Amino acid sequence: MSTDGALDFLRFANIQKSYDQKTMVVKDFSLDVAKGEFLTLLGPSGSGKTTVLMMMAGFESVTHGEILLDGHPITRTAPYKRNIGMVFQNYALFPHMSIAENLAYPLKVRKLAKADIAQKVEKFLQLIELEDFAGRMPAQLSGGQRQRVALARALIFSPSLVLMDEPLGALDKKLREQMQLEIMRLHKKLGFTVIYVTHDQTEALTMSDRIAVFNDGVVQQCAAPEVLYEQPANAFVADFIGENNFVPGKIVGLDEGMVRIEIAGGEEIIAMHSDCDVIGTKCRVSIRPEKMFILPSEHTFANKITVKFLARLYVGDYIRYFFELPDKTEVVVKVLNDHEAPKFGEGDEAHLISRRKDCFAFAVT
Amino acid sequence: MQKFPAYYTIWHKLGVYALKYTAWLVLFFLIVPIVVIIPLSFNAEPYFTFTRGMVTLDPAAYSTRWYDAVVTNPNWMLAIKNSFIIGFFATIVATVLGTLAAVGLSSQYMPYKRVIMALMLSPMIVPSIIVAAGMFFFFTKFGLAGSFVGLVIAHAALGVPFVIITVTATLSGFDRSLYHAGLSMGASPLKTFFDVVMPLIRPGVISGAMFAFVTSFDEVVVVLFLAGPGQRTIPRQMFSGLREQINPTILAVATLLILVSVAFLITLEFLRRRSERLRGLEDHG
Repeated sequence: MSTDGALDFLRFANIQKSYDQKTMVVKDFSLDVAKGEFLTLLGPSGSGKTTVLMMMAGFESVTHGEILLDGHPITRTAPYKRNIGMVFQNYALFPHMSIAENLAYPLKVRKLAKADIAQKVEKFLQLIELEDFAGRMPAQLSGGQRQRVALARALIFSPSLVLMDEPLGALDKKLREQMQLEIMRLHKKLGFTVIYVTHDQTEALTMSDRIAVFNDGVVQQCAAPEVLYEQPANAFVADFIGENNFVPGKIVGLDEGMVRIEIAGGEEIIAMHSDCDVIGTKCRVSIRPEKMFILPSEHTFANKITVKFLARLYVGDYIRYFFELPDKTEVVVKVLNDHEAPKFGEGDEAHLISRRKDCFAFAVT
Repeated sequence: MQKFPAYYTIWHKLGVYALKYTAWLVLFFLIVPIVVIIPLSFNAEPYFTFTRGMVTLDPAAYSTRWYDAVVTNPNWMLAIKNSFIIGFFATIVATVLGTLAAVGLSSQYMPYKRVIMALMLSPMIVPSIIVAAGMFFFFTKFGLAGSFVGLVIAHAALGVPFVIITVTATLSGFDRSLYHAGLSMGASPLKTFFDVVMPLIRPGVISGAMFAFVTSFDEVVVVLFLAGPGQRTIPRQMFSGLREQINPTILAVATLLILVSVAFLITLEFLRRRSERLRGLEDHG
């Protein structure tokens, strides 16, 4: 993270948004973003993440609360006076202007001298490696090229903050990966602050300094990608980010910040507790498929569960095993494809093991 | 001979021929009354029929005397001038107001869209005799009856619905994020409108302006009610010409109007295509 500036460069103070004065689309959103940070708002559609972005840009009004940029409230500032760059999902290039004219537009609006504009446009065309395309019209460019132009156009007037609204949503997978690298490269080089909205978790995990996971108008967790993936704060985050098994059980004991959970079949799992630690309550234990291992033979380890083999799915670089607990809960295990990958017949008994710190107990709601 | 698929019965084939010839017949009845005017306007005799000489292509049977009559008659010249002046100003007023109305009506924040839209389109739907009578009584109160300003306002009101319809149609395909993009780059809403929105909806504005002009140009009912002797327009002059001095002068004027209309359509179609190209909708490289 290149956060050499203020830690509260962008501040959301108790932001609320309602379109009909009854239902809240965004409920009490508060967050500080550091200068130069790459923050991603991640969530399913309708979770409120785009609304937050639109309020930041000024295209939606804020029902309650205050947005502060560099210490100044911008909640009541007109969008065109905010000096915030924006990249749109559908590129939003002006179709009647050439690439060079598109890039020059924000500079022309700011009444820069002609020579300065030409120089800057040239520099940014080089930066996105489209020097030969200056005179082309947007319709003559491919999707990836268009988005690079849109990116350059949002950066050319050196805004300190750039908003990106699912900028790679319209591109195919391979181009998306290229553009991810491109955005990260520009971010590193120019040092602007990014608020990035996406519903693609892979994109969020690979690009962000921090991710705020949205659901139902509330931030469920805001943390670095590793923390989000390895220490989810609640069941929604555990389920939304990556893949997870949820094993139902009952808390039977507490020790040293961990909880002991009895699951169907009578075996016990020791897990980190997140949001439940009352003996006797029902809970679910989340364990990632790649954090469970198949034991070659029966041993008496802690955190061992006995399951029945259902099926095996050959994916290529790994193999997915489907098991079943006595209460019919399905458990998926991902095993790297090497020569040791075990073989089972249908209905065979198998033994799985996992580390305590990879198991998380969540309250059943 | 037309080729039919092998499974066609005699009824299928008859149907196809019936459709084909009906279409030709409709086209014939639409075009002939217009086309026939052109040679008749060169008639050397004061009749509305083809003379023997004309049919045998005798040069002496043709003349341009009715064109001379138009050019030398101050009534006709005044009518032509009035038509263009009123048409020009009515078009400008209708285009500006209609475009503004369409932009406002396509905003997501506009309340009562449907009601307002219906009200503004009403001059097009209400029978023109009612509009004309209403305007006559209303405009008289303000001293606007029998004045150029009154006619321009009346014709602008008749032209606005066409502009609203064509501009609304182009705006419905307009990507709102382009407007947002303009704002995010620091351009004020007004500057964004002129730099980004206007160039992209121009084809709709041009078509609307064309309809507004033609509406004013061939409007006769409102003119009959509102115009004083000084504001006679071409349709009004033709109308009285038909009753008073029936001779091919009218045909000469009609021919001139046909030529003007065709030239007008071609120019506007050219303009429309050009701005369509500028929208970047077509590849051209």
